[in-house]
Amino acid sequence: MKAPMSWLRELVELPHGVTTAQVADAFTRTGLQVEHVEAFGDQVRGPVVVGRVMSFVEEAQRNGKTIRWCRVDCGAEHNLSSHNPDITGARGIVCGAANFDAGDYVVVALPPAVLPGDFAISARKTYGHISDGMICAEDELGLGADHEGILVLPPGEAARAGLGSDAMALLGAPDEVLDIDVTPDMGYCLSMRGLAREAAQAFDVPYNDLYSRQVPPPCQDAYRVRVESDDCPLFVNLLIRDVDSTAPTPSWMRHRLAASGMRSINLPVDITNYVMLESGQPLHAYDEDKLLGPIVVRKAAPGETLTTLDGVRRELRAEDLVIADDSGPIGLAGVMGGETTEVTEATTSIVIEAAHFAPGTTGRSYRHHKLPSEASKRFERDVDPGVPCAAARMAARLLAELAGGQIADGATVAGAVPIAPSQVIDANLPARILGARVDASRVAAVLTASGVNVTKRGDRLHLVPPSWRTDLVDPYDYVEEIGRKLGLDVIEPQLPRALPGSGLNREQRARRAVVEAVAQAGFVEVITLPFVGADEIERLGVPQDCELRRLVRLANPLADTQPFLRTSLLPGLFAAASRNSSRSQDDLALFEQGSVFWARQAGAAPMPPVSHRPGAEQIAALDESLPDQPRMLAALVSGQWLAASWRGPAVAADWTHAVLVAQTAAETLGAELVRSAAAIAPWHPGRCARLSVRDAQGELVHIGAAGELHPTVIEAFGLAPRTCAVELDLDLLIDSAPRSGEVVALSPFPLTKEDVALIVDADVAAGEVEQTLVAGGGTLLESVSLFDVYTGPQVGQGKKSLAYNLRMRHPERTLTGAEATQVRDAAVSAVEERFGAVLRQA
Amino acid sequence: MSGPDSPSEPLDAAQVESMVEAALRAIAAATDSAQLKQVRAEHAADRSPLALANRQIGALAPQLRKEAGKLIGTARSRVNEALTAKAAQLAQVELDAKLQAESVDVTLPVREHPVGAVHPLTALINQMCDVFVAMGWEVAEGPELEAEWLNFDALNFTPEHPARFMSDTLFVDPPSDHKLMRTQTSPVQMRTLLSHELPVYVVSPGKVFRADEYDATHLPVFHQLEGLAVDKGITMGHLKATLDHLAVAMFGDIRTRLRPHYFPFTEPSAEIDLQCFVCHGDSVGNPERPCRTCKSEGWIEWGGCGVVNPRVLEAAGVDTEVYSGFAFGMGVDRTVMFRNNAPDLRDFVEGDVRFSRSLQGGAR
Repeated sequence: MKAPMSWLRELVELPHGVTTAQVADAFTRTGLQVEHVEAFGDQVRGPVVVGRVMSFVEEAQRNGKTIRWCRVDCGAEHNLSSHNPDITGARGIVCGAANFDAGDYVVVALPPAVLPGDFAISARKTYGHISDGMICAEDELGLGADHEGILVLPPGEAARAGLGSDAMALLGAPDEVLDIDVTPDMGYCLSMRGLAREAAQAFDVPYNDLYSRQVPPPCQDAYRVRVESDDCPLFVNLLIRDVDSTAPTPSWMRHRLAASGMRSINLPVDITNYVMLESGQPLHAYDEDKLLGPIVVRKAAPGETLTTLDGVRRELRAEDLVIADDSGPIGLAGVMGGETTEVTEATTSIVIEAAHFAPGTTGRSYRHHKLPSEASKRFERDVDPGVPCAAARMAARLLAELAGGQIADGATVAGAVPIAPSQVIDANLPARILGARVDASRVAAVLTASGVNVTKRGDRLHLVPPSWRTDLVDPYDYVEEIGRKLGLDVIEPQLPRALPGSGLNREQRARRAVVEAVAQAGFVEVITLPFVGADEIERLGVPQDCELRRLVRLANPLADTQPFLRTSLLPGLFAAASRNSSRSQDDLALFEQGSVFWARQAGAAPMPPVSHRPGAEQIAALDESLPDQPRMLAALVSGQWLAASWRGPAVAADWTHAVLVAQTAAETLGAELVRSAAAIAPWHPGRCARLSVRDAQGELVHIGAAGELHPTVIEAFGLAPRTCAVELDLDLLIDSAPRSGEVVALSPFPLTKEDVALIVDADVAAGEVEQTLVAGGGTLLESVSLFDVYTGPQVGQGKKSLAYNLRMRHPERTLTGAEATQVRDAAVSAVEERFGAVLRQA
Repeated sequence: MSGPDSPSEPLDAAQVESMVEAALRAIAAATDSAQLKQVRAEHAADRSPLALANRQIGALAPQLRKEAGKLIGTARSRVNEALTAKAAQLAQVELDAKLQAESVDVTLPVREHPVGAVHPLTALINQMCDVFVAMGWEVAEGPELEAEWLNFDALNFTPEHPARFMSDTLFVDPPSDHKLMRTQTSPVQMRTLLSHELPVYVVSPGKVFRADEYDATHLPVFHQLEGLAVDKGITMGHLKATLDHLAVAMFGDIRTRLRPHYFPFTEPSAEIDLQCFVCHGDSVGNPERPCRTCKSEGWIEWGGCGVVNPRVLEAAGVDTEVYSGFAFGMGVDRTVMFRNNAPDLRDFVEGDVRFSRSLQGGAR
């Protein structure tokens, strides 16, 4: 809401000396946040005067333009200029606009005036003349955005002001405009009247409401109306005849409209807009001669259409509330009028409508038809239902004053003002909820000042809100009103004492530890947008029954190319990798942790009533209706893991770095990661590890996969060759990890080390050989580590040699040589048995 | 070893002294351990003059032996001490030289694995949660794809509330299924009230979604941290003190300010402003010392808060005659933006590694 200070000060007499900044501050403190204060027309310096175009000659120019060479009477004092000696009693000015006639009053900037943007006016040669000033448009003066032509002043008021007089003062400048962010519950402050009332209360001065007229009982004395919908509790109209719709809009009104962000259309429309800005009540003016039969307020019938004032033909829906006559719909209620009954310059009889529409219906209609308007903005936030009569009267009076209209006797009033809900509160409630010292009498005083009718009965206050405060319903609404009006500084801070807590829970600790550990291992965490296109999943090449194809579609996606929620973190990481590459960052180790969304067969989510707690079944149904949303951990590596350095050559990123992420995550949680070769999309079938962990029961739980990506996937996503990736179900990993453990016995006895090299078939998994050694060696085998893998002539075609270091120790005494040999032999023979391994002789 | 005819002449003290002096001169002249070893062989070993002289003691007349023993003993220990001292000295010199020769350029790069980083949002969420956990609060989480009832209805959004409409909310298809991408982390508050015993003190961090523009100051997906306290006798004063504590914990000795506002799920509602932690308000009306963090306004808009609307508590079955609550929420992305001078919100979600790496350790 834009509120010109000059208007505000006219509606409420603020204490002497109160500045605009103080008013802005007072508004902000009561919840009407002043975003900024705009200066209006304060950037003009030097003479800008009222002038009159005496005559002009149109001259076509070689550049295709036609200019007007004008003689402009700028008043005796300003007409004296030596630049055009042949012109007397006027100045010679070149003007490019054509929206004026000889005899029109205009705004002239004379040298040495300076207009906004440091635009200095001087007598200068242009189009073969010396232009001795400039005829101005609205925007050139900083008075609005209008540049459809120069400003033509209403002749009466211009003549009264006199040629050569200060045109800026006539146009209401300079002024200041408060730009206020009005919250949805304060719809009554989308009016100068509401703001003036708030200002009066803030500065403790009396407020005289120009719109306090009561709504009379129903009658049909103006234009006949029939209301057929509960969404319109009150419909008022007045008739004004003999209107001169061509009469100019006075400058003061034009200024206030412009300062409030509205354009001048014609006088009747300007008046309805002006009264709406002042009263908050949206009005509509109909040309009475274009109406066919009585006005009817009803829901639209199927198939009906309406061409709104913006020239768009709209298909109406059965839920749209319309204003209709015998010809069909003539307006979308509370949103916009129709073309057929529009007021034009030819209109002489006007029906002024002031109606109250329910917030919901207007909101639904303007959203569906994508037609936000000043009217719908107000109805959606609720309008004072008590103001329609007063607003219609004000508009009628202005039409009579400014357009010579005759107000027909009597009004039409259909319906009545809805009764405001009363409330009873404990007088101590505001103090108790705010945590402030506010006694009962202060509560009563503040609410009374807000227009609430307060009756005190013991400790209880009986409250009836004024018609414009449709936001005051619940007891806490009144608490808020007290807080607003006293200022929230009355609150006395006091830290609450929570119960002793137990910190983060296990999952939260685990997730945090994993993220920290993966970052420590050299990976950069990224956060990507969780939207994907079906083609991205397709390009991953996953099978039809894969969970990655369980896509959840959004009804209103941000981009039509990505209408689904991600089922994998990989496409997002691929996009991040591409973006980094495009910025010449090719050596990447990225990871992300976050939810993916796997659709499942589930119906609609329940919508239980909100008056009480839903039952256990309904609470469970809420959860069961949602898709699976596991938290995944994924990473991508490409380019060089380590750049070439003074210590050695570069290390290329490879599958091991993808596995490293899973290994790091598992180790952080104390889980045992088990890997096996598997061909899983979107990975390289020969370089992919199925990732599993052993749960508390010793069962293997499949949590994801890691390795080099399939070359076709790499190509499809435009990734660097040999890009590697990992994705695993972090929830599942955390759930499978051990809850607790025991410290191992720390044997102080000597260690025995022994190396063995085992020749096995080349396709035997080293991981399984190691597990077999561990199992075969028994408890005395403390650890096993692979220190060499050899393939070559010494072991033969299709074979490989795996060299392990075995560490053996007894918990209670020194291990004997014989025992050590026994352990080693047991370990080796297990591998021999299972894989046909041959012990390689040193 | 005594001869058959024991000389009765005592040892020549001057001769012994010259042996010692010869030895000390040789020791002093030695410049490295090898030379010193040679000196030791010549002047202190079995074949050295002093050793030979020592052997002669046994051949002396018994009454002379004691005197001679003492003379030679003193002489040999003088030489040995000098040798030991010199050896230590030379060892030190040689060690120094060896270490000098081993010196490295300590400014060479040392990193042996790539530089990783957690995302600044993750780090800040952790920090904020820690402040509350330290007060005994718990961290609650919930799904990002939510039931409409939990996101809107239960939080006192009327069926007509503008935020529900498709222009602001990402709905799951079809919208009649009443599922959506949560527009705030508040559904976690409702979930907590439905699943926890009272009193409740929880914060809920996480992603939220809006059908919003994607530009330097708007993201369709961003992060919030919300707090909820429901207990007997909770007031807005408890809210104010809690937010003050969070502000001080995160930004140092600054204040917060509450400004009346509107949210469906709180009543009274307020916006919380943070006193500028950079200029502390000194930049207001002081063009010579502008502050880019608060744009010389002295206050930074931080989030929304208020007393939990009793209608919300009723939808969760909480007895509003006994219990009241407060709630607050702030954008984590926005907090990083003003705290760390991040110019463009898109950087938060585009995955450029330089973004996450730029805020490490204390800088985050």
